[in-house]
Amino acid sequence: MNTIAFKTIGIGVTFSPNLEANINEAARLALCFSSKLILIHVGEASEKKSNTFLKFLSPFEDKGLKFELFFKSGDPVDVILTSTEEKKVDLLIIGALKKENFFKYYLGSIARKITRQASCSVLLLINPSIERVPCKHIVVNGLKDPKTKETVNTAFFVGHHLGADKITVVEEIDQDEVSVKVDDDKSLRKSNIIKERLRLREEARVKKVLDTIPEKLTKDLAIKSQPIFGKRGYSIGHYAQVARADLLVMNAPSKMTFWDRLFPHDIEHILTELPTDVLIVQ
Amino acid sequence: MKTKETSFVGFIKALPKNLFSGLVVSLIALPLGLGLAMASEAPPIAGVITAIVGGIIVSVLGGSFVTISGPGNGLVGVVLVAITTLGLTATYAAIICSGVILVILGFLRLGKLADYFPSSAIQGMLAAIGLIILGKQFHIMLGNKIVRNSGIDYLLEIPNTLITVINYQDKGLIYAAVAGLISLAIMVFYSKVRNKYLQLIPAPMWIVIVSVGFSYYYELILQAPNPISKDYMIPGIPNLQEIITDIPTPNFDMVGSLSFWSSVIALTLIASIESLLSIKAVDKLDVFRRRSNVNKDIKALGLATVVSGFLGGLNVVTVIARSSVNVNNGGSNRSSNLFHALFLVVFIVLFSSELTRIPLTALMAILVYTGYKLASPDVVRRILTIGKEQLIIFFATLFVTLKVGLISGIVAGLIATFIIHIVITRNLSLFIKNILKPNVLMFKEENGSYFISVKHFCSFLNFNLLKNKLEAIPEQNDVILDFSLCGFVDHSVMESVHDYQELFTKKGGNIGVIGLDVLGAKSKHPFALRRLLPLQNIIPNNKTKRQKNLGLVANDFELSFDPLKSKDSVFLENFIYFKTKKVEHVFNQLSAKNSPCRLFDITFSEGEFIAKEVVRSTMLCIKTPSSVPAFTLDREGLLERFYALAGYKDIDIKNHADFSKRFYLRGENARDIRTLFTDELVLFFESNAYYHIESSNDGLLVFSKERIASIKEIKALLDFGVRLNKIINNV
Repeated sequence: MNTIAFKTIGIGVTFSPNLEANINEAARLALCFSSKLILIHVGEASEKKSNTFLKFLSPFEDKGLKFELFFKSGDPVDVILTSTEEKKVDLLIIGALKKENFFKYYLGSIARKITRQASCSVLLLINPSIERVPCKHIVVNGLKDPKTKETVNTAFFVGHHLGADKITVVEEIDQDEVSVKVDDDKSLRKSNIIKERLRLREEARVKKVLDTIPEKLTKDLAIKSQPIFGKRGYSIGHYAQVARADLLVMNAPSKMTFWDRLFPHDIEHILTELPTDVLIVQ
Repeated sequence: MKTKETSFVGFIKALPKNLFSGLVVSLIALPLGLGLAMASEAPPIAGVITAIVGGIIVSVLGGSFVTISGPGNGLVGVVLVAITTLGLTATYAAIICSGVILVILGFLRLGKLADYFPSSAIQGMLAAIGLIILGKQFHIMLGNKIVRNSGIDYLLEIPNTLITVINYQDKGLIYAAVAGLISLAIMVFYSKVRNKYLQLIPAPMWIVIVSVGFSYYYELILQAPNPISKDYMIPGIPNLQEIITDIPTPNFDMVGSLSFWSSVIALTLIASIESLLSIKAVDKLDVFRRRSNVNKDIKALGLATVVSGFLGGLNVVTVIARSSVNVNNGGSNRSSNLFHALFLVVFIVLFSSELTRIPLTALMAILVYTGYKLASPDVVRRILTIGKEQLIIFFATLFVTLKVGLISGIVAGLIATFIIHIVITRNLSLFIKNILKPNVLMFKEENGSYFISVKHFCSFLNFNLLKNKLEAIPEQNDVILDFSLCGFVDHSVMESVHDYQELFTKKGGNIGVIGLDVLGAKSKHPFALRRLLPLQNIIPNNKTKRQKNLGLVANDFELSFDPLKSKDSVFLENFIYFKTKKVEHVFNQLSAKNSPCRLFDITFSEGEFIAKEVVRSTMLCIKTPSSVPAFTLDREGLLERFYALAGYKDIDIKNHADFSKRFYLRGENARDIRTLFTDELVLFFESNAYYHIESSNDGLLVFSKERIASIKEIKALLDFGVRLNKIINNV
């Protein structure tokens, strides 16, 4: 029995040019997953604001969308984080700019802070649009991590509901695991043998994870497994970009320290150069 | 997987060939070693000691296969500065220290240091070194010793020296200058004359032979003293006992001083750059296409440098010119390097006193020529075709190196390159933001080929990331290299990628570069585009007389004539003749769809880097059935008998003693070859003019001389080919 479900989807809304696109995307997703949509606005409630939101939501209301408007003033990060917990939001949608400013990174943008601290899954949209753009190819990480099983499951759940064609599970293998350095023909042969062994090992592991996924979710999807030797967290983003994936599904990061931000790794790489829409599964 | 070449039996079998090529190399190493040492103002024997120590240690411990080690051109400038500022014994100490640093670099796997230098800056530095050598030795070559402060001053003095020479009154000096000029002429014209007997002895050795012979002629026949001024003869070469008793003690007193360490750094930097460039270039020449273990080689070179420093020698580096000669003469493993060292020992033991008969001016002519090769106008022209901005980098490095010093020069080159990249992209943040990012993604696709994608930018600053990925792919594979996510690709990268493409093609793989057209459209980097532009073709209307005549010949033989240059030379890859040569392009092609014959002019090069010789020749290629075994047929001469001694086997055809005597036939599969050579074919060869004929999977390659053939010769060649083809098809 599949336990994954996004019962409640939350989105933080402000009056930006992207407002309509953001609301449309969120509403569409809520319909897809048959979940309730909560619009969180940081600021005082007012008739005018509510009307604007309702205007954008009305086409979806006709299709049976359940939604709620939520107004609260305060620090944007705090408000959004507390309200997601209050309202038991399972999936928080954040519209992101594709390239963030270089200096912003060190100061920490709102979106980034929320992503790091959120206790629910987060979906970062790089290109919210008013019209629906189909999601065809999903890339999901297959790291050796306890969270991976859940993440891969979620990827299939999302893929199934969004009608994706293909899911690629990417196993990133750290270059350091290849113990032989390539110097000449002999060491090259050795390192390739080790690599082949690692690939088989990883593929077997991923296969085990895939076996746990209910058939209902996998039957319409082409499944591919792709081992990559490279920097963790970075190469999967690069791969998603090269493979023209529409959605990248990743494990949520473990604890963050100051050093992790200074020397970015794993998810931080993805946050600096969002390759595509990213879903971070908690 | 042990191949025949790497196994022990193969090694023993290849020994005679390596002995032979070691001998030829030692013939160059001797005069060059003396000259390089004297140019750096060290005792002449130091150069020979360097070559001996280097040859022995690197051949035993090194990680490359066909390289030769010894004293290097590049180091002349640095050693010269070190000796003038530190003195000779402290310089030995500096050499020892730089050897130790090299060993450490090898262990830290930093052998790839040279990858971080943009190629135009390295070219500029090498040109500056060439000018330093040329500038200083030019005066000595003409018998006019002068002392100036900087490299530029020496160059500016050249006109004055020329005037002085014309006004020489002293007979001794005139003879000295004439000896220098004749030697220079030998160096210049040697490679132009493609005669195998002449080519057997390298040009520097011809100079030695001629000058020693000249000296004996005066002594024995004219019974007169050598007319060349005593000041311009090589100062005494010590014999073996003296060398051993006179080993200098390195003076480590100056270890605390800044000038000592700046010398050490300069020595290390130049030694590693010169070695790495040479190793890279020589790997391209290796017949077996082996991959050198760079770090192992650096360690061996470092150790050899330490030993050499203690024994009174200079820095040991891998040298390109001698390595090229080694490959051309059949050197196939490290033993040739060892033999070259051993032959040098023999020379010093037997002939050390004869060496004093060589005029200094003659020796310096060798150096002037190598200096010129490093800084020849061709280098500038080539860089200009890549882009004007490369020329700025080149000259910035060149002038700073000449005016200030080598380290400042290379730093100036780095800075100039980086600034130019920023100016061209108008995007500083592209570089700063992304420099530390692991921007290269490689994965194996399901069909077994590799896909590499590069993000952000790819320049000399982060090329090593891409290089590491490329190195990790066995060369037999297909690779797709995608730059479409890249905002900028620089010339150094394009050049290296091009090298890798060649390497992969030679080993049966392929690198397809994609995504550059996108960049070109944004017109952000002209260098990338330059490399990809199709060949600049000659204007078809502007035909030479020979080309018009070729058109007529084509009509006679019912072929079509295409005067344009073509890079398509894959059909030549399998011929043994081209194993150590690089085809640049073929042109003036006579071919037809239904004819097996294809006649063409070809431009190819032998050797790499400064030892590169460009040769133009006319050849005929005939498509044959694949059942024809691989063989090589040559006219038998003195040289071939000599080769036979060095381990090449001649296949005899039964009942045709005359044919076997006149022709030199060799190949792997003697039985198949014997069945191919029927009476008819043997008679055909006996009754026609001599050609060099080679057979491979792709057909027959026929040519007579290594030069462009005249119309008459072409007609004869085509006729020969057509008849030969008929007979072979009958067999």
